[in-house]
Parts: sequence; structure tokens; C-alpha cells
Amino acid sequence: MEASEAKSKKQGASRLCCLCNQRRPVLKRPKTLQQICKDCFYEVFEEEIHQVIVKNGLFKAGERVAIGASGGKDSTVLAYVLSELNRRHSYGLDLFLLSIDEGITGYRDDSLETVKRNELQYGLPLQILSYKDLYGWTMDDIVKMIGLKNNCTFCGVFRRQALDRGAALLKVDKLVTGHNADDIAETVLLNILRGDIARLSRCTSITTGEDGPIPRCKPFKYTYEKEIVMYAYFKKLDYFSTECIYSPNAYRGFAREFIKDLERLRPRAILDIIKSGEDFRIATTTKMPEQGTCERCGYISSQKWCKACVLLDGLNRGLPKMGIGRARGGVNGDHKKETKKPASAARSLESKQCGSLDF
Amino acid sequence: MACNSSGCESGGCYGREKDNGRKAVDVKETVTLCVKCKCNEPMTFGDGGSDDGRFCAECFRSNVYGKFRLAVTSHAMITPSDNVLVAFSGGSSSRVALQFVHELQVKALKNYEASRDRSLPVFGVGVAFVDESAAYPALYGGVSDAIAWVRSTVLSLSPPGKDLHVVPIESVFGSDSVEARDRLVKLLDSVSDETGKEDLLLHLKMLSLQKVASENGYNRLVVGSCTSRLASHVLTATVKGRGYSLSADIQHVDARWKVPIVLPLRDCVWQEITRLCHLDGLKTVELARHPQSGINDLVSSFVALLQEENPSRECTIVRTAAKLTPFYFNKIPETDDSCVPMATQRRLKKFNLKYDGSMTTEAFCPICNCPLNGSDSSEDESDALYAASCSSCRFQILPQDGSSLEQFGSLLPHHMISQVKHHQKVDSQTYLREKIKDCLLLDDEEAV
Repeated sequence: MEASEAKSKKQGASRLCCLCNQRRPVLKRPKTLQQICKDCFYEVFEEEIHQVIVKNGLFKAGERVAIGASGGKDSTVLAYVLSELNRRHSYGLDLFLLSIDEGITGYRDDSLETVKRNELQYGLPLQILSYKDLYGWTMDDIVKMIGLKNNCTFCGVFRRQALDRGAALLKVDKLVTGHNADDIAETVLLNILRGDIARLSRCTSITTGEDGPIPRCKPFKYTYEKEIVMYAYFKKLDYFSTECIYSPNAYRGFAREFIKDLERLRPRAILDIIKSGEDFRIATTTKMPEQGTCERCGYISSQKWCKACVLLDGLNRGLPKMGIGRARGGVNGDHKKETKKPASAARSLESKQCGSLDF
Repeated sequence: MACNSSGCESGGCYGREKDNGRKAVDVKETVTLCVKCKCNEPMTFGDGGSDDGRFCAECFRSNVYGKFRLAVTSHAMITPSDNVLVAFSGGSSSRVALQFVHELQVKALKNYEASRDRSLPVFGVGVAFVDESAAYPALYGGVSDAIAWVRSTVLSLSPPGKDLHVVPIESVFGSDSVEARDRLVKLLDSVSDETGKEDLLLHLKMLSLQKVASENGYNRLVVGSCTSRLASHVLTATVKGRGYSLSADIQHVDARWKVPIVLPLRDCVWQEITRLCHLDGLKTVELARHPQSGINDLVSSFVALLQEENPSRECTIVRTAAKLTPFYFNKIPETDDSCVPMATQRRLKKFNLKYDGSMTTEAFCPICNCPLNGSDSSEDESDALYAASCSSCRFQILPQDGSSLEQFGSLLPHHMISQVKHHQKVDSQTYLREKIKDCLLLDDEEAV
């Protein structure tokens, strides 16, 4: 494969796009390594996503759909492509942008400006919800209190609930997020490394939470991150491209590095990981947590209090470690096992960083 | 440990005791004892690994051997009437497997000679060494030395005596060594993907082991794969899209082959194995490997990195994969053979209850022998080999264009191709008919 690649590189200038055979190729498609022109790239990119939406029955005509918009490349491209496909193929959807302001100065406030511009550029109504309004705490406040360990746990738990609350406010039927193939492949690997068989069985589903408040789906499930970047680049889409300033050396980083190396050797491996995840023989009797509601806020929860309430309670009481690691008592304590000794709790703290949570 | 005598400082106590002639109290700064038996001094291997300096030599050894023996007995891997072939590569894992099987055999022999009625025979043990030099002619200068070393090692492990079978990997093609070697090189050359080539060689290696095992009357093949090896396998299988068949490869028993494969060291980690080799002075030989630049190597480095970060990561990976549902062939099949002792038969029956009794007929990929996921098959493929193969082999082993595909098929060992023909014919009606044939009164199906 490498020999023929080198050959075609040399002949690049004289060859034609291998899809339309008319125009000059300007890029090598990350997924298939085909040398194609810009227009053909747009076409295959958009068409593949359309096929994913249709084949998986992601939407029904007349649905109100909120796009989780962070201002980053995934959500910007998602908003752009979805509104384009909605128009082109007459999905009949009512699209909205839903953005969560975690209160991270120098990061979120900048990316929110991008989303506000997207609202104007794509003509999609925008709703912004802030942690400050919902919970009384910004991520800046939280990090000041707990430092840079486990901050991703707080942020992830809060964001999930915030998105659901925002979706309820907008009275939408569905939430879509920009999780791409690389994200899902990373999650599959992480769940194997961590021993989380229950999550492993759910993490490749294109639609989740159908039995919950708001179903969520991931139209980019089979879309490569590199192609999303390429699309945004060529279309000159407006997006904010920095990593969260609080993201620590998360465990997910290991998986991400590995996948980058893997992609270089064999691009289709990313899809192969997802396929493996879908094909794993996991007994359907695998214990799933029982669904109830939180006593404090009414949100969906498998325990007495939902995770967000537990974490909030901890923050408000100045006990930031509450809700992190195994419960040693407290509200949900009688439902969970006691820890053996602090040292093991400390270790589980370190391992339960960003990425251990549901997508 | 504090000294009992009052007013002493830890450093100076020895001197004072000598002077005072008091009863000696151990005043070493840290007196550690084996955490298991609490009598002996713990071993330090100084290899920078975890759990160093916790167990004494005996407890460490009995720990590892105990895991081996538990695996063997609870899965009925080796029973008195068996004839067991140990796959021996010269590496640490298979060296330990060979050693432990030998010790088990020695014990069985002792019991046999001591028993009055001699009712339980001693199982037979043979050793197989696969010679891969034909695959990488440039690299295998030292193979004859390695073989000589293997021979002397096996000789030293008697009584009871063990046959050694040196199996050239090209023997899967036939007995004419020159032609077979040629064919092997041609076959490997026609695989363009680096990882595919490595994997194809592994499949051929297993075929050659199966061949020598069945031709020489062995009914069990012992493979020394340890936890660490399986952890890498879990990840390589995942990244190659082989998630469905993964659970078949990592169990203690794999009976989809003619000669069932057993993995008695499955629950031991690499660190234990190398430490044991060091402790018992078990020599190993490391043959020069073809530089691996494919996915398998990438995954090994990744696992090594993860191990640095957390030494129990390998175990967690295998534990996760162990939660996947195994296949019906992941246990020693029950047998009505009267030669098999009743105790064994009972144990097999008990084991059977653990798995759901459904005898699903799985189709298998002719190249890698993995169980095929129903959704993968494409009936309308023009090439029979392509249609019968799994998606991973289709991508990384089979040639991409139609004309080379036919030629490739002709190069494969007969055993692989015969599988393909078999699949083409079997449909459910035929399969069912085969099962009840002896009770059908009329020959033709019209009567039904």
C-alpha cells in the first residue's frame, strides 16, 4: 500500500480526482486515502452522514432537535451539515443550537462568541445555559476549590444535566452531539482498559437515552475527526480551536495517542474498533442500574440523589471530595460499598477522570 | 521494630547487646517476612516490577504453580488418559508451561507407581517446536543451534521421556520440503499488508501444530499464553474489527480445533513467568524476530506503556474480556469414550452446565478459524474464498483484486481451502438432514 501511495504522490499533479475524474485532486481523504477534489470531498462527506442518518432512523419529520454546540469544530460542522442536509433532503426538522456556559474564562467565553456567530451564520436559534444559573458555581470557582484533579468529573456530570435541562426548556424531542468516530473508538478502548463492561455495551450505540428524558444521537459516529477538521478548513467554517484550559493529563490521552498512531498505520482501524465494540458478545442480562429519580431535583438517577446533586452538596458544604471515588457515607452511602482504606480511594480518584462518564 | 531495652537508639543496639550479653532482639531497621508464610525471607528480584520483596521463593513458586494446577483441574485440561503436546517456542512462557506439565507428569507417575491397582494411567507428554526459518530466510542463522538446545532441554526433562517433534512451518503444504518452502515464500509475498503477513504466519503456525498433533496421536495441545500475551491479543483483536470472535480466543480452552488447545498459564502474568525462570534457572532461547512494524507491535508498545502507568492494567484488560460471552467450543467436549475416567466425565458434565447448552453451529473463517458473525457474510460474492472469510482476513490477508485472489487461493494450504468448499455446501436443511439421516425411512425429500 505504501509503494503505490508514493507513486501516486509523484503523479499527483497529473492525475485527476478519482471520484469525478474531472477536477484536480487537492486532498487525500483520511478515511480511504483517495485523492479527490474539494467538491467531491464535500459530496462524500455530506452523503455519508446523510446515509448514517437515514439508515439508523435518527430523526422523524417534524421533530424539534437541539444541537449541542460548544463552538468547537465538531459542533460547528455538525450545525452546518445538519442544517444543510435538513434543507437538501427535507428532513423537516426544527433545529436549535444549545450551548452550555461552564464559566471558564479565556476558554468558554471565547468559544461562546463563536456559537453566537453561528446563530447568525446558520440562522439557528440559540439557547445558552450557564452552570452559574443552574448550579450556582462556575468551573473557575470549582477549580479554585478542588484544584485540577477530578474537575473533569464535575464538568461532565454538570454538563450532561445542563444539556437535558436546556433541551427541556427548548421543548425539543432530541439532542444531537458532535461525537465523532475517534471519540467513540477512544471510549471503546477506555472501557476495555477500565473493565467497564456495562458501558462497553452501550458506548457504541448511535442513539442513547431513549428511555430517559431526552434521547441523544451522534450522527458523526462514523465520521473521522480528521475529516471534520478538513471539512471545516476547506469550507472556512468559523470555529474555536483550543483545548479546555483545565483539561489535565487525562487517561483518555493514552487512548488518543494510540489511536493517532494506529490511524497512521491503518486508517480503517478506527472504524474497526467501533465495529468490534458493536460486535462484542455481552450478555444482555449484564446488570444495568435501576432508574429512579433524584430526591433533591427530580432528575433521572439510579441512586437517592443524582450525581450532580451529590457533587453540588459537596461543593456547598466545602467537602469537594464527596461524590468522587467510592462513597464512604453521606446520602448515597448506604447504597454503596464502603472503601477499604483511603489509599485505594486516592487511586480510584486518579483513574476516574474525564472520560469515565457516559456519553 | 522497636527494641525492648529502654533508652536505646536503633543504630547502636547491637553493640550494646553484645556488651551486655542480653537476649538478642532483632533490631534491623526493617525486618520483612514473606507476607504469605510469615517465616522465610522474601525474595527480591530487583527487576523494578511490582510486589518485589513480598514473597519468599517457596511461596512465590507455589503461587504460580498453584494457578497452573487450578486451571488444569478446573477445566479438565489434562486427564489421565490424555496424550498432551506442549507447544514450545523456547521462550519463557512455553518453558514454564513445559516445566509445569513435566512436574505434573512426574507426580502422576509417582502416584501410579505407588498405587496398588494402577487404575489411573499417566498421561503422555510430547513437545513440538515450530521452525519458522523458511518464512524469514535471512534472519534464521541460529535456528539449528536453537533446535539442538531444545532437544537437550527436552531430554533433560525425563523420566518420563517425551518425544520431540521439530515441525518446519512449511510442512502444512506437504512433505516435499523444497516445494513447500517455495510455496510458503510465495504465499507470504502475496500478502501486502505487514500485519496481515504476521497474522497469516501465526495461523500457519497453528495449522502446523494441529497437523503434528493429530498425526502423532495427541489429543491436547498445550499453549503457554499468559495473561500479558492475552491482554495484547484483546487489543489487537479490537483494533482489527474482530470483536465478535474475541471471546473465543481468550478462554482457558479452545476446542474448535481438531486437537483442543488449552491455556494453563492464562492466569499468570509475564512478570511472574520471567521471575520464575530466573528463580529456577530455567533457560530460554530468543530467536531473532523479523522487525515488526505493524499493528501487533504498536499494541505491544501501548500495553507496555499502560503497564508502566499501572502494573495491573494487563489483568484488568483480560478480566474485562473474560466478561464477554464465550462460545460453545470453549470447553473440553463431553465424551462417551469409556477410556476416559468417570471422574473426568463427571467434571466435564458439570462444566457443561455453566455454558448455555445451545449447540449453535458456527461458521468459521477458513484462514484464521474465527467464528463468523452472521451479519458479516455476503452470499453474493463471486469468489468462494472471499465469501467464506471474515472481514478482517478479507482486508489484511486476501489480495484486493479478483485475479490475484484466485492465485492466492491456490497457494493456501489444502486444509484451509477444504473448509471453503465445505461451507459452500452446508445449508440448514442439509445440516439438519445429516443429523437425522439414520432415522429417515425414505431417501428423497419429497416424502416429507
